[in-house]
Amino acid sequence: MITFENVNKTYPNGTTAALDVSFTVPAGSTVALLGPSGAGKTTLLRMVNRLVDPDSGRITVGDRDISQINPVTLRRSIGYVLQEGGLLPHKRVLDNVALVARLNGASKADARERAQRMLTLVGLDAELGSRFPHQLSGGQQQRVGVARALVGEADVMLMDEPFGAVDPMIRRELQAQTRRLQSELGKTVLLVTHDVDEAFSLADQIVVLRTGGSVAQYATPEELLTNPADDFVADLLGLSDGARDLHVVDRGGRALVTDGSGRFIGRVRA
Amino acid sequence: MDLLREALVWLADGGNWAGPTGITARLGEHLMVTAIVVALACLLAMPIGVWAGHRGRGGDLIVGIAGAARALPTLGLLTLAALALGIGLVAPVVALVVLAIPPVLNAAYSGIATVQPSVTGAARAVGMSSRQVLAQVQLPLATPVLLGGVRSATLQVIATATLAAYTSNTGLGRYIFAGLKANDYPLLIAGSLLVVVVALVVDALFAVAQRFSVRHR
Amino acid sequence: MKWLSQNWPMVIDLTLDHLWMTVQITVLTVLFAVPLARLSMTNRWLRAVAVVFTNSLYAVPSLALFMMVPVLVGVPLRSTTNVVIVLTLYGVAVIWRSTLDAFDTLPPRILDASDAMGVTRWRRFWSVELPLASPVLVSALRVVLASTISLITVGAVIGVPSLGLLFTDGFQRGITAEVITGIVVVVALGWLLDRLVAVAGAAAMPWRATTPRRSRRLARRVQAQSLRGTDGSAA
Repeated sequence: MITFENVNKTYPNGTTAALDVSFTVPAGSTVALLGPSGAGKTTLLRMVNRLVDPDSGRITVGDRDISQINPVTLRRSIGYVLQEGGLLPHKRVLDNVALVARLNGASKADARERAQRMLTLVGLDAELGSRFPHQLSGGQQQRVGVARALVGEADVMLMDEPFGAVDPMIRRELQAQTRRLQSELGKTVLLVTHDVDEAFSLADQIVVLRTGGSVAQYATPEELLTNPADDFVADLLGLSDGARDLHVVDRGGRALVTDGSGRFIGRVRA
Repeated sequence: MDLLREALVWLADGGNWAGPTGITARLGEHLMVTAIVVALACLLAMPIGVWAGHRGRGGDLIVGIAGAARALPTLGLLTLAALALGIGLVAPVVALVVLAIPPVLNAAYSGIATVQPSVTGAARAVGMSSRQVLAQVQLPLATPVLLGGVRSATLQVIATATLAAYTSNTGLGRYIFAGLKANDYPLLIAGSLLVVVVALVVDALFAVAQRFSVRHR
Repeated sequence: MKWLSQNWPMVIDLTLDHLWMTVQITVLTVLFAVPLARLSMTNRWLRAVAVVFTNSLYAVPSLALFMMVPVLVGVPLRSTTNVVIVLTLYGVAVIWRSTLDAFDTLPPRILDASDAMGVTRWRRFWSVELPLASPVLVSALRVVLASTISLITVGAVIGVPSLGLLFTDGFQRGITAEVITGIVVVVALGWLLDRLVAVAGAAAMPWRATTPRRSRRLARRVQAQSLRGTDGSAA
């Protein structure tokens, strides 16, 4: 479980990244931080593993106040997935993953074995382990990033725009895999995204943030769609301009679905 | 520090500035040799480098020459030239020109060759001839780099011209070698100070020129 | 050839002197420059010093420094120590600046990833920052090595033994073969050490063998920059 209690953060240059933020990520669920750029999403995420410290307020992970935990120790207990994987270019793929296990005190052989298992778990061939990151495709690098976050067997995972840099088809594939892994492993996940579809696709609950770092609404996707708190939330979700309005039309006895601008995007299964 | 003070006293003595071996004359020689050498090097290397950069050819060769030339020991070149050509002014000038060519050549080539292809492409696309592209696009954009090459060549020559006093009776280096020979420390320190000041002043002048040569932005 | 056949033991002795000085200077340079570069990444004062130091030193002729360093530091003028100190100064000027550039341009995402994994600062320096900066460090080192090997010969005019003695002795006694031998051996030594560093660098950085073009271009640009830096001090 992760909780934010009245967290505030203003950077020295005057930008406010968090304004009295409070919410809870229940154990075993996925929460997305959704908002326009400048809403402080990444700052909030980075507070969880103390890459950024709040000016005031309290953050707990699994009931422990993180300000009392040594940052390095804390970070080793939290998985972190970054955009484009954030892999170390001078270490082979397997060593990239094994490094985290090593940091957590595993023996060299044990670390490599666990790393190998994680690579398989995220759907990568064993032989890719001996390559360097730049010899992999963007999607593969991203999978390695996920494997690296999983290898420490942390209960808590942070994901920073994890699939922002890969093309849409790969992204859908990775999202599906993440959902599958999540249902198997039951991690507590906090995720940053500016992509409404990604938030809907992965998160059980969504924290909608507005520019200036305050929480506009914290709700499930279902609640957001039925009851957006205000115009800002409705705009961000694409509810006000009809972009997310779906229509069912009849074409020769088949029920087809069109989007807000009348383009066909699917059909209704009987 | 006493030596430093004595050196300054020597420099402050007006008598040391006058006459055919006075500071004024030595300074004049030093700057004159430098100017002649740099002018010759530019005359020889600039057209070749610019042409190669414009045609996009011979780059590896030029970069290779510049790299190899860095390995040439300046003192070896100076003494070799002196043995071959005598202890007059010709020998050091030849050796210095050889040393000054690589940086100029390299800068001329890379200055022109690294002008963004999108820029030269656009210039061609609007109908400029190859010559116009060179004169109106590549050369103006490459000026700061070209000046940078001349700058390092000049500093190289000022430095090596000091050393040239070992084989030839010319320039500010004479004070240093005279001081070395006579164990006259104030004299050799005074000579060194003069050389350092000349080098730093010339470098500063080039820095200003380079700043003014950046027209865009 | 005749001269060489009679004098090769001396040439070998001088080559060893030359080599030993090169090694001392190179090691000292790296030992001083890399920590300075890393420290000036976060220390604004040191960063300013780095800029002033590197910008002005490359303009100063080495012969002048050979004369002035003894006065400022108190070492004997006609000593190997003097030559080592002066040339280490030049080396530090080149490597400090280019390594600082390399540290500055480390991908923030990768540093971030290291922090997030819980890598300690010390370990981050050794296992992430230094390896990632090492391509630039190696090319800068090659630049320093080339100019150092050439500049050591200048020390011969103050009587410090190196291959430069072949120039001064050959000049004074009018033996052209001796001077030519000196030039050839100096160039050969430079080429050999350059290959050695290049090969060792490539072996130590297998991840660079198929590196994307961008970072290789960066390394080459740094080399070009520092080349501009050392040319001025090459005498």
